[in-house]
Amino acid sequence: MQHSRSRYLTRSALAGVAAGALVLAAACSSGGDSGGDSDTFTWWDPYPQHEEGSEWAERVAACGEEAGVTIERTATDTTALTNQALLAAQEGTSPDIILADNPAVSTLAETGMLSTVDELGLDVSGVDENLLAAGVLDGETYGIPIGANTLAIYYNADILEAAGVDPASVTDWASLTDALAKVTDNGDKGITFAATGTEEGSFQFLPWFWGAGADLTQLDSPEAEAALGLWKGWLDEGYAPNSVITNSQNTTWEEFLTGEFAFAVNGTWQVNSAAEAGFGTGVIQLPGQNGGVAPAPTGGEFILAPVQTDTDRYDTSRQIVECMTTPEGFVETATTFAYYVPPTVEGQDALLEAEPELQPWVDAVRAAKGRTSDNLGTDYPVISEALWTAIQNALSGSASPADALAQAQADAAAATE
Amino acid sequence: MTTTSATVSERASGGSAADSSSAAPARPRRRRRVAHAARRWTAFGFAAPLLAYLLVFYAYPLWRNIDLSVHDYNVRAFVQGNAEFVGFDKFVEVFTADSFPTALLNTAVFTLVSIAFQYGIGLALAVFFHSSFRLSGVLRALFLVPWLLPLIVSSSTWAWMLNSDHGIINSVLEAFGGSQINWLTSPDTALTAVIIANIWLGIPFNLVILYAGLQNIPSEVYEAAALDGVTPWQRFWRITFPLLRSVSGITLLLGFIYTLKVVDVIWVMTTGGPGDASLTLSVWSYREAFGTGQPDFSPAAAIGNLLIVIALVFGFVHLRLQRNGDKS
Repeated sequence: MQHSRSRYLTRSALAGVAAGALVLAAACSSGGDSGGDSDTFTWWDPYPQHEEGSEWAERVAACGEEAGVTIERTATDTTALTNQALLAAQEGTSPDIILADNPAVSTLAETGMLSTVDELGLDVSGVDENLLAAGVLDGETYGIPIGANTLAIYYNADILEAAGVDPASVTDWASLTDALAKVTDNGDKGITFAATGTEEGSFQFLPWFWGAGADLTQLDSPEAEAALGLWKGWLDEGYAPNSVITNSQNTTWEEFLTGEFAFAVNGTWQVNSAAEAGFGTGVIQLPGQNGGVAPAPTGGEFILAPVQTDTDRYDTSRQIVECMTTPEGFVETATTFAYYVPPTVEGQDALLEAEPELQPWVDAVRAAKGRTSDNLGTDYPVISEALWTAIQNALSGSASPADALAQAQADAAAATE
Repeated sequence: MTTTSATVSERASGGSAADSSSAAPARPRRRRRVAHAARRWTAFGFAAPLLAYLLVFYAYPLWRNIDLSVHDYNVRAFVQGNAEFVGFDKFVEVFTADSFPTALLNTAVFTLVSIAFQYGIGLALAVFFHSSFRLSGVLRALFLVPWLLPLIVSSSTWAWMLNSDHGIINSVLEAFGGSQINWLTSPDTALTAVIIANIWLGIPFNLVILYAGLQNIPSEVYEAAALDGVTPWQRFWRITFPLLRSVSGITLLLGFIYTLKVVDVIWVMTTGGPGDASLTLSVWSYREAFGTGQPDFSPAAAIGNLLIVIALVFGFVHLRLQRNGDKS
């Protein structure tokens, strides 16, 4: 009796320990390797809006088939993608291909988790230098842009006509501010843009910043002050709504679509939406302070191949990348993404042949400038944070533009030394 | 247990031979020891899954957070795992940062004002609904709506209502002759705006717990008081409030911890801005780690540790107060 009881106890103890061990084992094995199968290639991109079965997903799958493998695609939003890529690299489970937002490329490359285009044997000589620059760190190129977008000014043709403003007359800051005065005098709202306290705020500010001749290594220059003063002036005069301080680019666009605003700063990705708006729209280039086209920052994703322990996989990765970056491939990507300007002259010509009305956007992309270029690399995110903080402080009235920028320069210098 | 002792006493009473009496007590003791060890193993076996769970999901993350905060983890070191040990440098960096006094003060104001109003309004509503009347159930259910909405939805809605130019709150103010208030975009009002939204979000939690507490107060107490001719005011302050003491204590403590770690509401509405105007410690931690293109895990972890310490301190204060209360 006693014997069987103790045996029973031991048995149940063993069962309990086994269950515990199982939990532990399950917890440990969850971090196992994902890319072990030589016929399955993993692919991460920041386009969750393109679901399985969409044109984009099919295009990715087709590139895999062409290379003789199956592509397993995972889509996450862009900030999460960078964090997951870092975690995966730490665990040694990087995917074979990542499409990452261009300012993230130098951050990822800095960690040593990306293979260079030379290691993969890719040819990047055809890619526009201003677009490729975001993927270059210390003389090495780490990826290829699959397309580029940038900013310009959309206008509401009906409002401009009512106020007697010719969009072609907007060629510099003075003429733009003039146009805003006329529009608001006529009872409409002036311009809306995104000045939120994130990367988007810096992204939208840079055309004015660079258009004044300012440089990201010197945030407190008189040119920078002029650019921030321009925005602040618009807010003070009521040419721009106070809500720009928290506006994201999407909110900005929604404001413009209400038909109350004469101008909105936004990107290539709104071309289709603008065509469907209930009023006449048009596009003008962002003007420089004293005329000419201001360089806008480039947006868009790079195709990257993280380092793999099994280097035999690179050959197939190269084929997949090449499939995505042929001129036809670029045009296909461009139309799938409404609209993504190809990064090569060949691709741009092919796109213009199909869609001639995209000319202003192709021009804008050619004039655009990478945010991490000028050899800023991984310093850019730090400088950008200081810059958007200065924008927030100045526009909300916590500090004058000059003081806000002086503080930003001090912060950026301290963080990048 | 009972079987063993029965056998032992039987043997002890019935034992006649000298040799058996010397051997008899030894055997059961050994058996008992075996049984005891087995029982201990059983206990361990049953506790093992829980222990493993605690280790994997609580101890390891906590240890990892401390590890992150005492090393200099930039992204490169994070991937390659060779971060330099810097001791308390990151804590010093956090404490001496320009944002620190602002964030600390904002955290204190945000937390204390939020829970004061959440508790006050929650208690008032609980007492109100306790005297059941027609539709009180429906109304009480309606008050739970803030709890049911995903935080991102309610914060976005608040941000939209508080919008400077076309938000409904400013429209109402202007309709009554007020002037436009830049709720989310002025450094003077941004913190107030996020506190208002957070109070609204926290009322249901306080309402539910305090309402449950009210139902545990025996109705005889109220009946006896009614016979003594108590006024409603005395009824609340002399009976309801003192009898809700322990429930109130735990509500306030949980409310404190929940409010201390709020990130989503503030992040969606103002991202801690404009500038640092609505920055709290938890938002600051999130901003350092995930808010920029350059993740700074070490200072973010240092701020996280600080938050854990603050929460722990208040937890102990709560325990202490409760123990003193029990004694008296």
